[in-house]
Amino acid sequence: MAGGAAVALAAARMLAGPAQAAPAEARRLLERLTQGKAKAGRIRLGVAEIVENGNLVPVTLSVDSPMTAGDHVRRLHLVAERNPQALAASFTFTPLGGKAEVQVRIRLLDSQTVFAVAEMSDGSLWIAEKSVQVTVGGCTGSG
Amino acid sequence: MSSGINPRVRLPERLRKGEVFEIRTVVSHPMESGQRRDADGRLVRRRILNRFTCHFGASLVFEAQLEPAVAANPYISFHMRAEESGVLTFAWTDDDGTVHRLERPITVT
Repeated sequence: MAGGAAVALAAARMLAGPAQAAPAEARRLLERLTQGKAKAGRIRLGVAEIVENGNLVPVTLSVDSPMTAGDHVRRLHLVAERNPQALAASFTFTPLGGKAEVQVRIRLLDSQTVFAVAEMSDGSLWIAEKSVQVTVGGCTGSG
Repeated sequence: MSSGINPRVRLPERLRKGEVFEIRTVVSHPMESGQRRDADGRLVRRRILNRFTCHFGASLVFEAQLEPAVAANPYISFHMRAEESGVLTFAWTDDDGTVHRLERPITVT
């Protein structure tokens, strides 16, 4: 019990930095999605550390889950803290999926931290984050 | 209905029962973010595909709520466990209300 609490506390401390540095809209969104109790782990957030074209950024999200009726990922949110709108996409999974993995291509306006938040069928919440450097930003240009 | 966005779906033709397989989808759509300005400096109105669903028969397999951050010509790949033969229905919903649908049978042996 104490060990689990310590891990959660360490995760919260680790996340406090970037989450608090994020713009207000992203901070509010992350607070709402994580309900202040998301733990770090279980999510793999696959995105390049340096991307040349912010208009086309491949992202692979996968969550460690057996995807059974009793134990599966319900929702997975992708957040780009410094985009004009922080929420980039939300995915709903079902046990029919068999595997909680999704690939999508997004726009990043600028260099920033990207977050993924997963909600499991048992109500637990998980978070992952990754810093991405963008050479030429997306969203406002053509393409 | 579907011709406007030219949906393309790739999945294995024959599947073994219990196999988890990847479904790759891509459509043609500008995903106009509402943040871009035209040559005269005016904001171009937002127009995106805001929702994608995949059903097997009547059951939901996967759903995506898409926001303006999703890149033009949205590509989405996800997975499904093959339990029985049937029909997959894919649907993309445009901001203008249009729903583009595509059906694909799967054969599970």
